[in-house]
Amino acid sequence: MTRIETTFAALKKKQETALIPFLTAGDPDITTTAKLIRTLAENGADLIELGVPFSDPMADGPTIQAASERALAAGTTVEKVLQLVAEVRTDCQVPLVLMGYYNPVFRYGVERFATAAAAAGVDGLLLVDLPPEEAGEISGVLKKAGIAMITLLAPTTPPERMQRLAAAAEGYLYYVSMTGVTGTQKITPDDIRAAVENIQGMTEVPVGVGFGITTAEDAKAVGEFADGVVVGSALVKIIADNAGSDQLLPRVATFITELKQGLLA
Amino acid sequence: MSYQFPDERGHFGEYGGRYVAETLMPALLELEEAYNAVKDDPCFREEFEYYLKNYVGRPSPLYFAQRLTEELGGAKIYLKREDLNHTGAHKVNNTVGQILLARRMGKKKVIAETGAGQHGVATATVAALFGMECEIFMGKEDIRRQALNVFRMKLLGAKVHECTSGTATLKDAMNDALRHWVTHVRDTFYVIGTVAGPHPYPQLVRDFQSVIGEEAKVQLQEAEGRLPDAAIACIGGGSNAMGTFYPFIKDRSVRLIGVEAAGLGVDTDKHAASISAGAPGVLHGNKTYLLQDEDGQINHAHSISAGLDYPGVGPEHAHLQDIGRAEYVSITDDEALEAFQKLTRIEGIIPALESAHAIAEVMKLAPTLPKEQVLLVCLSGRGDKDIHTVADAMNVDL
Repeated sequence: MTRIETTFAALKKKQETALIPFLTAGDPDITTTAKLIRTLAENGADLIELGVPFSDPMADGPTIQAASERALAAGTTVEKVLQLVAEVRTDCQVPLVLMGYYNPVFRYGVERFATAAAAAGVDGLLLVDLPPEEAGEISGVLKKAGIAMITLLAPTTPPERMQRLAAAAEGYLYYVSMTGVTGTQKITPDDIRAAVENIQGMTEVPVGVGFGITTAEDAKAVGEFADGVVVGSALVKIIADNAGSDQLLPRVATFITELKQGLLA
Repeated sequence: MSYQFPDERGHFGEYGGRYVAETLMPALLELEEAYNAVKDDPCFREEFEYYLKNYVGRPSPLYFAQRLTEELGGAKIYLKREDLNHTGAHKVNNTVGQILLARRMGKKKVIAETGAGQHGVATATVAALFGMECEIFMGKEDIRRQALNVFRMKLLGAKVHECTSGTATLKDAMNDALRHWVTHVRDTFYVIGTVAGPHPYPQLVRDFQSVIGEEAKVQLQEAEGRLPDAAIACIGGGSNAMGTFYPFIKDRSVRLIGVEAAGLGVDTDKHAASISAGAPGVLHGNKTYLLQDEDGQINHAHSISAGLDYPGVGPEHAHLQDIGRAEYVSITDDEALEAFQKLTRIEGIIPALESAHAIAEVMKLAPTLPKEQVLLVCLSGRGDKDIHTVADAMNVDL
């Protein structure tokens, strides 16, 4: 079993929901990101989505846009993100999914990327602007490298298409909780519940929910029915507000602990 | 020659496609279906042609630029006068088409991105005509450069959003328009202004703009009894060029020449020549040539002309480049300014700075060709909007 499968299987046995924080690699710098990943893993993160910064993050709201800009200004590249993963892997086995946009991966070279990412210890890849219709040019090489291609489902996805995408899913499915960009609107858990339960009926693959989960309360509400909750902008904001301070790691630890407790309660 | 693009998956060879977030995929599939349903529907064609004739003022004249021809002393130069369209540029051909389509689809709101403001004005104009809500996304830098067009859009009832992210130009306006669309996708139609973006946009914008080349073909047949030796048009995203080229693609004797903006020079880091100096990549929903660095981050584009100030190009142009059917050259800011002044003085036509790039290429090319050859040039827009920029460049204080 892969690290992603093992993690979800263990959580299922305990009837727990996976806590999936998102942070942008290189914000405020690569060394700090390594510390942040370890802090998250030690305080309750079950899987981590690591953002690969892109100059034109079309699916992101202002918080993650700004994080991408800071990361790029700090000199973050695909190569450095992969080195970061390899370095973290020496003592930390939390599943890591790289999340971002297709162009940096395409430019790096799809095969070269798959090989290097697998060697570094990347478990999954989620490319926001690469729908299944265009993923053919990368899915084969990722499969060969043992990296799961994470698929997004949206509130606008029609039932027949949802069925098809869910059936082909690997790792976990990421349900986008609202029509919008990341971190900009409050969610309504009751609407999401129906959609997520519907998807769960179509697949054995766990279903995570993200976009708009900002508080421990949100996480708890969504955790009632989802197999995983993704918290992105809220964490990125804490990192931005505390970058350079010795309070950064303690504050992130407190935030993630509270989220996890909400999911356990 | 057979030329059937895009293919059923929306690709032009290896370019094009639909590289968008899942939230938008259903909207694009719906748009494709709606467009396929109307594109051969005579009622839709008739409606489209009615508004092109009676509202836009088509056909636009094909004007023999006799004095420019004599001055350059070579090939005969014909100007396709898109500058005489309602709203002053070719952009309105496409906005009429897309908004008629939006109406068929029952959408009540339209959004658009704009660089120079011509597409924003053309969208706001047609939205006003049909009583639709309209929001325009425009970079802060372009709002500064094109204050007149911003005011025109507001007079037409549109809401103008200022985009401050990134370089605050056309690329960033498109990012913000896509972000808005993803949030309001259920009731909003996105009117993309060029032959770029996810499928089916490159195809439908090309088809709506093809009226340029189709008319010119007939008009040139009447004037000269023949095809042109070359068709020349400027390229930002490339919609006026695609509209000019497409009806000639199967006429192999016609050279197709796209003119990119070289800004301060393609050997500097201040230009917008995606084909001449870029590399394949994925941005704004399509795979195409992009200005980008080694790590796949999009570079800033630069051109004196706001309408060409974009780091990508329509995917069909990328394909035409690769198969060698079209040639792509570039013209600097200075060359465009010189052409702007020359056409103004010699023909009494003030071209848009975008179109001045095509004229500048003609000034290089025409003298090298024999007098019996014929050049078709798309004069894509008029230059009223650029007067302040040109005055600045000439160090004139208005």
